[in-house]
Amino acid sequence: MDRRKSIKAIALGTVGAGILATACNPADKKEDTTAALPAANFDRTPEEAARDNKIAADKFLTEHELATITVLADIIIPKDEVSGSASEAGVPAFIAFIVKDMPHYQTPLRGGLRWLDVQMMNQYNNAFKDCTPAQQIAMVDQIAYPEKAKPAMSQGVQFFNTMRNLTATGFYTTQMGVKDLGYMGNQPNQWNGVPDDVLKQYGLAYSEKELKECISFDVQK
Amino acid sequence: MGDLQIKKTPKQYDVVIVGSGAGGGMASYVLSRAGLKVCLLEAGPMYDPAKNITQLKGPWESPRRGASTNFRPFGDFDACYNGWEIDGEPYTHKDKTEWRWWRARMLGGRTNHWGRISLRFGPKDFKRKSIDGLGEDWPIGYEDIKPYYDTIDKLIGVFGTNEGLDNDPDGIFLPPPKPRLHELMIKKAATGIGVPVIPSRLSILTKALPDNKDRKACFFCSQCNRGCMVYGDFSSSSVLIKPAMATGNIDVIANAMAREVLTNKEGLATGISYINKDDMMEYQVNGKVVILAASACESSRLMLNSKSQRHPNGIGNSSNVVGKYLHDSTGAAMGGYLPNLFGRKRYNEDGVGGMHVYTPWWLDNKKLDFPRGYHIEYWGGMSMPAYGFGFGIEGMNGKYAVAGKTKDAGGYGAALKQDYRHYWGAGVGMAGRGEAIPREDSYCEIDPNVVDKFGIPVLRFHTEWSDYEVKQAKHMKETFREIMHEMGAVITWGDDGPENNYGLDKPGVIIHEAGTARMGSNPKTSALNKWNQAHDCKNLFVVDGAAFTSQADKNITWTILALSMRASEYIISELKKNNL
Repeated sequence: MDRRKSIKAIALGTVGAGILATACNPADKKEDTTAALPAANFDRTPEEAARDNKIAADKFLTEHELATITVLADIIIPKDEVSGSASEAGVPAFIAFIVKDMPHYQTPLRGGLRWLDVQMMNQYNNAFKDCTPAQQIAMVDQIAYPEKAKPAMSQGVQFFNTMRNLTATGFYTTQMGVKDLGYMGNQPNQWNGVPDDVLKQYGLAYSEKELKECISFDVQK
Repeated sequence: MGDLQIKKTPKQYDVVIVGSGAGGGMASYVLSRAGLKVCLLEAGPMYDPAKNITQLKGPWESPRRGASTNFRPFGDFDACYNGWEIDGEPYTHKDKTEWRWWRARMLGGRTNHWGRISLRFGPKDFKRKSIDGLGEDWPIGYEDIKPYYDTIDKLIGVFGTNEGLDNDPDGIFLPPPKPRLHELMIKKAATGIGVPVIPSRLSILTKALPDNKDRKACFFCSQCNRGCMVYGDFSSSSVLIKPAMATGNIDVIANAMAREVLTNKEGLATGISYINKDDMMEYQVNGKVVILAASACESSRLMLNSKSQRHPNGIGNSSNVVGKYLHDSTGAAMGGYLPNLFGRKRYNEDGVGGMHVYTPWWLDNKKLDFPRGYHIEYWGGMSMPAYGFGFGIEGMNGKYAVAGKTKDAGGYGAALKQDYRHYWGAGVGMAGRGEAIPREDSYCEIDPNVVDKFGIPVLRFHTEWSDYEVKQAKHMKETFREIMHEMGAVITWGDDGPENNYGLDKPGVIIHEAGTARMGSNPKTSALNKWNQAHDCKNLFVVDGAAFTSQADKNITWTILALSMRASEYIISELKKNNL
């Protein structure tokens, strides 16, 4: 089908045929392939475990949607010199789960993905995920900067904000993301106060009273 | 009804206790150690923080990265089971009022949930009516309860410092942890404008307790809300009920939903009828004394549902005050970030589970337009990422240079990753927790039309804030704004005005419900006497927040514990004298 026709098909709302419709039709596409959850290694009541497994087994995002999310997530969080990319950290699977756990994401995300695809169909005659990286970035640039974006792009801006939020949360709550941030807690420790060089940096000091009253540990810093 | 029958336990207990939180846990501990035969009913399952572990798990181990669910409203790793809504157990409201009711259903109750803030009430807190003419004085004073606070400090452990303040009494404290970086900044800013900041008082063992081999010292993971596997903080299950069970004198029946206080012809309590949620059968258990500690509202619900010829209004309710004077702490909060903490050096800042410093109430209400005070709680810093991390960065990253460059708000890619790193750990926030005035027209009552799935009539709430609480919230916001400004923080939320009552939380949200079976000297205006004993039924005691005549600008747990210990010792002595 040529580009003109497919645009016409979309414009007329006849989505029974055409690239876009075929690619997004859940009926003849395998849906998201999120595997069942491994057994939780922390306290779950039987009701909670059953509920989580049901959520994991349910399907919401289609393969096409998940593939698009993967491209977007890796644009938002690419590999750099500190850490890997969103997809390397499993962000798409997190998003696939969270939209089922929090149904308020479902319509904005599904609708936003379709909005994006329609934009790309109009401009490049291809769904977002099948466009070239240069085309994808050209589109993202139009929706990634809320204060600069054109009014016609406002729905896309909103969608991209949601994608940015979910991608960042999904990434920085993985081992890779936590390491990237440099969070050093969540392990047995002896809190001995703010390190001396940091106190100095901010021009602060513990008072005599604090040093006398507070717990301290013999640790060579 | 072929299969339905009421199973009566043949065992005659000395005491039957309903509820295993702070009040019920302390009663279990004191009474079982005194050799009494105790039956403890808990509406939820058994729970042991050393076995039911969520502590030291990374956010990736939760498929929702620690986000909340209806079952764990404070997050997927929170220790507490249930919360605002429980399937099949509704509660209703009258006149479009908005009480929110937290119900922790598990061994230890809400002590699995709270922030371990362990504040004594001060001398003035028992005599507020004498000071400002509002509410009612307690039938006891600080001197009556001080010895119990002292015992509990030593038994359970609490850190803090003796500051010699007149209404925030000194205690027997373990050493507090040193303030974190943002707490030093808060302290500098707040004290600069006359708001005192002192070490917090939390029941967390910064040092192991002498003479206690069952509990270890805190290892500073900052996760008390997840329950502590070494019992380094206070929860009723680990600190009170476990040693109680070790005496062999207590039977704990989990998943037992109390229906009614049973009485005899003389109107004395004889025991409790309950539903076992596992087999859905009806049971009765008998005791010489019945202690209610199911939470203020749940205990009053039980009393109101226990009607008999001698107690036509519900047991212990000839005064008609049961359910009335329901009040919660006030709450309002504000947050933002400290630009001077952007790009900060990384180190393990976890500390204990909660704030290392706080602000006790510091002003004289005679000079203000509202009658009671509040304390301030603080947070911030490099805490563990969880669901919600990074949300809304487009509102921030166009305003501040990162690595010398100011970028357009929003964005993506490697530059955006730089931003997340740069901003992390700069958050700061504060919340006020204040004293509300208990009022007769803030109450819970039995809804005449609605039952829960067990067939127990449910509570209907009618609670509203008055101008006093709204003005207090206004004052909180003015104070927070000043502190934030003074420390160079940018406010991103909570900068509220009159349009939403200055962000004053709905009643119930702070989860300090109290007052619904208040104690007093006059049986016509109070349900309990000064020993937490029902005026109308000498072998019925209520040892949770229901007994509170007023609740001070302090979290109520430490006082629930002290009153429960005091009532329990009274029960032991009265039983010895054959008075019950």
